[in-house]
Amino acid sequence: MSAARSHPVRAALRTPTGASAAVVLAGLLFLAAFAPTIWGHQARHVDVAHLLAGTSSHHLLGTDNLGRDILARLLVATRQSLGLAVLAVGVAAVIGVPLGALPTVLGRRSARLVNAVIDFAVAFPALLLAIFVAIVAGVGAQSAVLAIGIAGAPSTARLTQTLAASIAGSDYVAAARLAGVPRRRLLWRHVLPNIGEPLILNLTLAVGGALLAMSGLSFLGLGVQPPSYDWGRMLDEGLARVYVSPAAALAPGAAVVLAGLAFNGLGEALAQVVSTRPVGLANRKMAEHPIDAEPVAVAGEEPVLAVSRLSVHIPTPGGEITPVREVSFTIARGEIVGIVGESGSGKSLTAMAVGRLLADPAYATAARLEFLGHDLRSKRDGALRQLLGTSRSVVFQDPASTLNPSLTVGRQLTEVSQVHQRLNRGDARRRAVSRLKAVRIPSAERRLRQYPHQLSGGMRQRVMIAMGLMGDPALIIADEPTSALDVTVQQQILRLLREVNEDTGAAALLITHDIAVVADVCHRVLVMYAGRIVEQLDVDTLCTRPAHPYTRALIASVPDMVTDRRQPLATITGRPPEPSQIPDGCAFAARCGFATERCHSERPPLVTLRPGQEAACWHPQSGPVLQLLEKAGA
Amino acid sequence: MTTLRIRDLTVRYAGAGQRSLTAVAGVDLDVPSGQVVGLVGESGSGKSTLARALLGLAPVVGGSMELDGRPISSRSHRQSRRRVQMVFQDPYASLDPRMTIGETIGEVVAATGRVGRAGRAAEVDRLLDLVALDRSHGRRLPRELSGGQRQRAAIARALAAEPDVLLADEITSALDVSVQGAILNLIRDLQQRLGLTVLFISHNLSVVRYVSDVVAVMYLGRIVEVGPVDDVIAHPQHPYTATLLDAVPRLGAATRPALTAPDDDVPDPHDPPPGCRFHTRCPVGPRADPGRTLCVTQDPAEGADGRRHRCACHFAAAADAPDRPELIASEGPR
Repeated sequence: MSAARSHPVRAALRTPTGASAAVVLAGLLFLAAFAPTIWGHQARHVDVAHLLAGTSSHHLLGTDNLGRDILARLLVATRQSLGLAVLAVGVAAVIGVPLGALPTVLGRRSARLVNAVIDFAVAFPALLLAIFVAIVAGVGAQSAVLAIGIAGAPSTARLTQTLAASIAGSDYVAAARLAGVPRRRLLWRHVLPNIGEPLILNLTLAVGGALLAMSGLSFLGLGVQPPSYDWGRMLDEGLARVYVSPAAALAPGAAVVLAGLAFNGLGEALAQVVSTRPVGLANRKMAEHPIDAEPVAVAGEEPVLAVSRLSVHIPTPGGEITPVREVSFTIARGEIVGIVGESGSGKSLTAMAVGRLLADPAYATAARLEFLGHDLRSKRDGALRQLLGTSRSVVFQDPASTLNPSLTVGRQLTEVSQVHQRLNRGDARRRAVSRLKAVRIPSAERRLRQYPHQLSGGMRQRVMIAMGLMGDPALIIADEPTSALDVTVQQQILRLLREVNEDTGAAALLITHDIAVVADVCHRVLVMYAGRIVEQLDVDTLCTRPAHPYTRALIASVPDMVTDRRQPLATITGRPPEPSQIPDGCAFAARCGFATERCHSERPPLVTLRPGQEAACWHPQSGPVLQLLEKAGA
Repeated sequence: MTTLRIRDLTVRYAGAGQRSLTAVAGVDLDVPSGQVVGLVGESGSGKSTLARALLGLAPVVGGSMELDGRPISSRSHRQSRRRVQMVFQDPYASLDPRMTIGETIGEVVAATGRVGRAGRAAEVDRLLDLVALDRSHGRRLPRELSGGQRQRAAIARALAAEPDVLLADEITSALDVSVQGAILNLIRDLQQRLGLTVLFISHNLSVVRYVSDVVAVMYLGRIVEVGPVDDVIAHPQHPYTATLLDAVPRLGAATRPALTAPDDDVPDPHDPPPGCRFHTRCPVGPRADPGRTLCVTQDPAEGADGRRHRCACHFAAAADAPDRPELIASEGPR
């Protein structure tokens, strides 16, 4: 994100709108700079032999009432038209920016007064203000510039004020203020530099508007006066004989429109680049993996989920990154599998890919991706949708944002069954009540009539789980289901997940950053680092003899209720590699105390150490993590 | 050195009609010189509001906050306000993205006016050394640093103001677990080397236990239990503390204790329950034993001092299981 943000202009120029707008603007700037020198003579040259001539090879746009070439005048007028527009925006900025920044430096009471003044000025119609000023100041270019500038000042002040207020409310300004940094310095050092970029962007956009307004005033005869001329003035002069020689009027009009479009187009492109964020859930077809599916030996019954060489790719402006790399695992029926990892390890993307919930533009490739024996890589047709809708349920981190606030709990619960299981309303309702009871929600009938906001965070998360149980899920995917909840509630939700698993036999995939949570509910754990599974082990082994140095460091660095407070906590130096710069060897080697030459050059494969434990490490460790010694009683 | 004394502090946010919210209700708390006091509580308990009150950012309607007998008030002079400094939760938002780390720290050094222009760079280097950042980091922008390094820089900035008391509000909750340990080590190390007085606020009991000498537990605007950290954890007197302790997930602890506070009746903070504020969820209160009407009628705050350590509960220690071997194991001199 930071790469895209640091060069918004360059990125904007790569879009079609931005590129064409930039070309037009560059042309206009060139004309403004050089047209008077190149065509100035032609534009002033009076030719009494060709007064008011029409279009000809000699005068492409004809001549005016003194026989001057209109094309030359049009080109020369670029400087005047653009210059006055820039000047007007300058006036608006000179008045508006200090006014808008003032509340940041003033005390609370005076700030409120200034804000009230800005509010009033914004509410006052700008056009009225412009005409008023133009009349008071008299007819002429200067007064027109002044009028447009003053009319634009309130909106500039409002913009500055809003931007400044958001910066003034930030933690870093609060911190500087607490340390006694004077208000004036806060404005100069913190507020103004951070609002500069959006402010300049918006002022550039305003030039387009000012150009239009200026041309309008000139057209009405309130702006530029003869013998000076701008596009508006020329439009006015040409309009009188629009039926005789239309080019004389249309050309200046076209110039105004073109310049306005160019400014707005560039602004639009810039704004888009700055605020680009992938949204929505994609139905993108999972691409077939180039490598043939290899047979995975499955003992006994068919697994709920079988994943082989799953990778997730995200195209970015800097090239495609692969935050999940060739991950393989299976989940047996009734098994709770946890994926632990830090931010950026790829744990959530793995779960989303498995649930076919990847957000655009991310996409997945896999050698095998089977859910209950159905190939999830196939097209998303009715049968697959039906399967996913009833047999897979998803619990997200924040229940507040995944429940629809405008529908009752009952509506949201019964909807699933009515659509996917074709239950009638009464049956769906009875099912909803029984499911709410299954997740230990008291007075379930009453809860059905309530809206999400009437429930506590823990209750909402229970409702989410109940919603998942409305079908007969074979797999529950839970992505950090307790991270937004308080500890006392977290424990109850985790216990509930375990109970649901025991009662219904649904398997679960639990994503979390908290290794203690995993140990609490899971049967088996996958530890992810930099997009790969580095260790796969059952929970007992996790507590007694984790093998991968990363797993061990994770356990040792988190204090728990028995950590020796006299000893410093174990730490992992450095930071994980960026997804775009994954090294050739072991991704953890740079931070690992056991790393040797081989670790940096050759990537360790995931190999079985003993039944129920696989690790991708050249130097697997054994024995309990130091801290666990007394508890494990080894 | 400096002791922070908070007495009967009440913070109330005015709201439309009856919706005013008393976020902190009559809190007493001492933060003794050179000690780390941990403040735990769940969301809505008022722990962050307490910190904001100390910084003059919350509407205090009653009570007092004193540093060595001198009041800290929101109107006090800039110099005295500086005695309390804060490290914020999110190191991505608490550093100006357009200023180098050195400029950010140097600005605070300059504001204190204790070293001249010439000595400022040396002072910034000293502060960077103190938080174990490389001196070259002073020339970098925040975006070039990792989350942990940014949080170190934020701590250095707070220390630059030479505070008497450092407030740390959830300073590790935005960080990855592998980084969290290093920041906790730093806080411990600074406290031991500089004799820093710290109010450490967190929802994570394991983290608070690790860094604190004294722990205070908040529930719905009240402090329900305060005491030396080992004592509170080995012998919790208040049932709320006990449920908090039992809720902490533990690696390798398969047996789950029995105490839970059901979340189906979490009280509205705008309208806290009468008597003991925890009685609606309490595992030993009227919910479990209908005869215990005292909890509904009488505020347990009065008898708080007469216990093993300060605890606002009529039936204190009722939740204290006689043997909690795995917890007592870690007890001992520090």
